[in-house]
Amino acid sequence: MSKASTLPVAAMTRLAWRNLWRNLRRTLIMLLAIAVGVWAMIFMTALMRGMVDEMIKDGINSLPGYVQIHNPEFRDDPSIENSLEEPGEEFQGALLGPEVTGWTSRVRVPAMISSERDNRGVTLLGVDPDGEIALGFDRHSIVQGRFLTGPDDKGLVIGRKLLERLETDLGKRVVVMSQDPENNVADRGFRVVGVYKAKLASLEEAFIYAGRSTVQSLLKMDGKVSEIAIAGKDYREVGPLLQTVVDAAPNGVEVLPWMELDSYLGMMMGVMDGFVLVWVIVIFLALSFGLVNTLMMAVFERVREIGLMQALGMRPAAILYQVLMESLLLLLLGLLAGNLLAIASILPLREGIDISVVAQGMEMMGAGSMLYPALTLHDLIMANSVVIVLGLLTSLLPAWRASQYKPVEAIAKI
Amino acid sequence: MTAIRCVELCKYYQQGDAVIKALDHVTLDIDEGSFICLSGPSGSGKTTLLNAIGGLDALDSGEIHIDGDRVDQLGKGPLADLRLHHIGFVFQAYNLIPVLTARENVEFVMQVQGVPARQRREKSLAILREVGLEGMENRRPAQLSGGQQQRVAVARAIVSQPKLVLADEPTANLDSETAKHLMELFSELNEHHNVTFLIATHDERVMRYAARLIKMQDGKVISDKAQISN
Repeated sequence: MSKASTLPVAAMTRLAWRNLWRNLRRTLIMLLAIAVGVWAMIFMTALMRGMVDEMIKDGINSLPGYVQIHNPEFRDDPSIENSLEEPGEEFQGALLGPEVTGWTSRVRVPAMISSERDNRGVTLLGVDPDGEIALGFDRHSIVQGRFLTGPDDKGLVIGRKLLERLETDLGKRVVVMSQDPENNVADRGFRVVGVYKAKLASLEEAFIYAGRSTVQSLLKMDGKVSEIAIAGKDYREVGPLLQTVVDAAPNGVEVLPWMELDSYLGMMMGVMDGFVLVWVIVIFLALSFGLVNTLMMAVFERVREIGLMQALGMRPAAILYQVLMESLLLLLLGLLAGNLLAIASILPLREGIDISVVAQGMEMMGAGSMLYPALTLHDLIMANSVVIVLGLLTSLLPAWRASQYKPVEAIAKI
Repeated sequence: MTAIRCVELCKYYQQGDAVIKALDHVTLDIDEGSFICLSGPSGSGKTTLLNAIGGLDALDSGEIHIDGDRVDQLGKGPLADLRLHHIGFVFQAYNLIPVLTARENVEFVMQVQGVPARQRREKSLAILREVGLEGMENRRPAQLSGGQQQRVAVARAIVSQPKLVLADEPTANLDSETAKHLMELFSELNEHHNVTFLIATHDERVMRYAARLIKMQDGKVISDKAQISN
């Protein structure tokens, strides 16, 4: 009989391209809809991603670091008994690897701070200021006075809100009291040398900073610290850094990534990824009605032509391919326009968008008053993939219907 | 050699309570290289017979053999392949794909057959010259007259040298001069390329070209006569 024909890809693709422009107005409207939809997907995702990025980075930089090392009991009981040795030379050498951008060790104990007027429960942090800055402490957060000058600095840096609560002032003396390993009260007078402002007011009341050596001396902790915090290059890809630290850490310690140290922050990243996908799909669903309608109309108007092509020897698969190709070309053009529009609108906003008019509400969520759009390759690929995959799936129905026409009925259509 | 064999073809349509017999036990043998006209009033079954032979419409019963192979039970894909490689169609109207030029319309079938581009181009230009459309290769159907469009359709139908051309009222929308020119082209192809022609028509001018005239009425063959053609 006759030899089976292969799919005439070139012929159908040319036909698909030309058919796309038969009804110019309809095609342009659909292209505009796809472009605007894709722009909305990418632009809004970049804004939301940027907001969450800033929240997470601020959260990580405020204390946890990307990876932390503790005594295994420390998280349940953050007291002085659950300390660990300061990192030795071998461990410090291991932290010179390319994944590590900085590290520091801290003392972190519960304490009481008292002024002439009031007293509060706080967390006393004994730090190396250079190490903290390497891990992300923002020098510009010091709004009065100065930050600590070294680990043996005898001064105290407290939060602005705490300063107000204690009704004290820069330069005045306060007393900090905690407990040493023998359960004796350890207290000392400190002069307030600096006041800091945090993204969250609650943090300003929670943490006070002193020199690490000063605190170790106060609490008789020579050679011991509460935690070691390590920073890396990308908080999203913390796996290699975690492995490096686990390999280098001594036995008997707990090594945890930031998403386990602060489960709220960790959850935010996962929720954000899920939210982006849902957002993209919702926008696409709105687009899909227009896409299906466009294709159904395009097929409906060409029933006779489809009958003609069947009479000339086109297999149903070729008809299906032609309609799907028309849809794909429409999607690709729309995607191109939408992507270019998104990139063109995001690039000028690299320096950030000032949203200080709603900054107070944003602060409650842990976000700052500047919004930095974050356009990631992952989000771009996801948005484009969803549009293409779902677009083609949506186009299957009109394409399949076109391929199933009976030739004699199709040709007879007027 | 018998190119087409039709045995007891039956095709019925339901119209309300009535059953319309579009084909009523039609039996025919058509030799290779024949030039046959199917005549008869509207509704006599001419188009239904052409569509059945061309695999565009399914039968309710009966057998169709082309070159010894039974084709009435083939699936959609094999039927499409049969039309692609062995059958050329010329319809009364709407023969061309509007977004393709005259040359591209003629090349279309060859492109689907997998003929290389250069060969396609040469053949299509040659056949367009033969049908008197030299210089109009790059015009789209909307830029051609009805007669010119029909000639492009004929060119497409014959360019891949099918064994059989099925034409349904090919001159219905043409003026006398163009119709005459078209039929002379058909005759020439039949004579020089041994293409079998089966033409459904009311047009007596067309019937004069046929070597065999089959008259149909109410789905039956009522007369089947050889005649001396022009």
